[in-house]
Amino acid sequence: MLFALVLLPLIGALFAWVVPDNRLRPLTLPVVATIHLVLTALLVGNAPPPSPGGWIWLDPLGKVVLLCISLLFAVCAFYAVGYLAYRQKRSNRILCMGLLVCLSAMGLVTITQHLGLLWVALETTTVSMAPLIYFNQNARSIEATWKYLLICSVGIALALLGLLFLAYSTYVAHRDATLLLGPLMASARELNAGWFHAAAIFLLVGYGSKMGLAPLHTWKPDAYGEAPGLVGALLAGGLVNCAFLSILRVYQICLASGTEIHFFQQTLVGMGLVSMAFAAVFMAHQSDFKRMLAYSSVEHVGILAIGLGLGKGGLYGALFHLLNNGLTKGVLFLSSGNIHRSYSNKTTDVVKGALTRLPWSGGLFLAGFIAITGSPPFSPFISEYTIVSSAFIEGRHLVGWLFLLFLVIVFIGMALTVLPMVMGAPPTDTEPTDYEDRLLTVGPPFFMMAVILVLGIWPPGFLVTLLKDGAVMLGAQP
Amino acid sequence: MSAFADQLLVLVMLINLVMLGTSRLVFSIRAVAVQGVILGILPGLINPFSGHLAGITAGIILAKGIVIPYLIGNAVHKAQIRREVEPFIGYVSTLLLGAVFTALSFAFAEKLPLAPEHKDLLFVPASIATLLTGFLILTTRRKAISQVIGYLVMENGIFVFGLLLTEAMPVMVEAGALLDLLVGIFVMGIVINHISREFSSIDTSRLRALKEE
Repeated sequence: MLFALVLLPLIGALFAWVVPDNRLRPLTLPVVATIHLVLTALLVGNAPPPSPGGWIWLDPLGKVVLLCISLLFAVCAFYAVGYLAYRQKRSNRILCMGLLVCLSAMGLVTITQHLGLLWVALETTTVSMAPLIYFNQNARSIEATWKYLLICSVGIALALLGLLFLAYSTYVAHRDATLLLGPLMASARELNAGWFHAAAIFLLVGYGSKMGLAPLHTWKPDAYGEAPGLVGALLAGGLVNCAFLSILRVYQICLASGTEIHFFQQTLVGMGLVSMAFAAVFMAHQSDFKRMLAYSSVEHVGILAIGLGLGKGGLYGALFHLLNNGLTKGVLFLSSGNIHRSYSNKTTDVVKGALTRLPWSGGLFLAGFIAITGSPPFSPFISEYTIVSSAFIEGRHLVGWLFLLFLVIVFIGMALTVLPMVMGAPPTDTEPTDYEDRLLTVGPPFFMMAVILVLGIWPPGFLVTLLKDGAVMLGAQP
Repeated sequence: MSAFADQLLVLVMLINLVMLGTSRLVFSIRAVAVQGVILGILPGLINPFSGHLAGITAGIILAKGIVIPYLIGNAVHKAQIRREVEPFIGYVSTLLLGAVFTALSFAFAEKLPLAPEHKDLLFVPASIATLLTGFLILTTRRKAISQVIGYLVMENGIFVFGLLLTEAMPVMVEAGALLDLLVGIFVMGIVINHISREFSSIDTSRLRALKEE
């Protein structure tokens, strides 16, 4: 059944390739996504035991990420049907295929326990997303695609070197090189410390650049800014979480080694704070609202890294935030895509009064902004609160205060861009476009916003148990 | 056999220097292809024969020696360019830097805690030198094609290290990594083609519309 998660989207991609009609082809997406979501629900509820070789196992950490990806993809898939109806002049074959191949690779990331296979799947997500960033086929998007492709490829190549170092550390220790998570964790204490240390650094740099942790985030504003809204949503909520899961795997091994974990945690906290600082600086006076969302993503991967680096109570917060950030970014990118289509512009010089012109999309964008900046009653508030309170409980006062300071600066910076965008009177001198809010372009992000609200007020019991199980795997007290 | 392997690794390092010194793109592509073929031969020299090994050899030679050079060559042909012009750092300087990096990688490899049977082989210094050469090409050249070549050289350097672990790596992972590399280069080739159409040049220093104001 687990293999269906990988195979089903691939079959869908083949199907999308064969369908000749540009109008019918996008329908493949919601069909595949719905089956995928049902499969995910079944598997998360009742996961099969690990495969005989130990390569394939959907553990609680994988479940959390899978849940986020599957839900986000389903929402984006329905949205895509509505969105692509406005983009009929352009063939959407590559877009549909790329999305489905990426879904397949993301599924593989969540179910594999073999770090080599995980690497292959992660690299596949990188490559399959590149043509999608280039969907608009203009000079700006090609520049963004080139930067994304080159920086992420080099980053992920460094992660491969890290993996080889890791395998070599096992080879030096006991002549039997392996990259399977189980044996690695079991023998983590005997690994050659020098090679293992080098491996941890390279893996963090490699997966960190894929995730967009500062100072390795430079491709992010360009790629997120030029990609269509739904691709941005999947980059910020899907690929980021896959890269984070890869870092979690490395974290598990460091934890098992007992010694390496201190260095790894300190580095994560450091990189997390730097990410938040970068985001806080560049968020101010950001007139391009899609680039602003990219910096918000840099900020939130920083929050994830800090939560992970703090350990203990922060772990639950980090895992919960993974889900919240993914879904909220989905709302923001999809609604910003609508606003972009309506004004055919994405700078605040032109986009004003979105709440009047597009009450639904403008309202969702505003709600998404309130949620992502950590205001109650939405769920990111709870996860961010968990992380910051754990910083104070652990006696890491400096980290806690800096965290709060950056949150405030980001809030102000983001508000200065978002509020003029949605409030006020819409400009009268802009060319009218054919976009208007319809069920398929507004319904999916609205549904996701509702999910975020429910998670914030009343997180379902099974999810809390799942997140706790995941946190225990990362060394939290049961 | 390991003496022969060492000689081939010296050749790999010499090819690095050749690539740093030349401005002709077609020549660089051939050089990287030769490097790929050597990478394919090497595992057979240090490991006993097996079906797994034959598969790896065939796969690497096919991907790195034939298909990838063909894809890049195609992109060069379509973009109608022959030479790298005015790199950010000149050829002689990068060549000297490359030589220094190679020397440093030997000194560095001496200090690494290698397994005893790998101590006398050149795999690790060759790997580090090739990796650094790749970085050097990637960061100092302007043309998109040169940057792809730099990425490939870097990847070759990582592969050289991976050869120490050939027996341990599952076939599926190796095949997947090669396939990803192949598709990645394929996509890069297409992007280069679009860059040359959009900007009438594949000079990446013209890609500067996207930045913070």
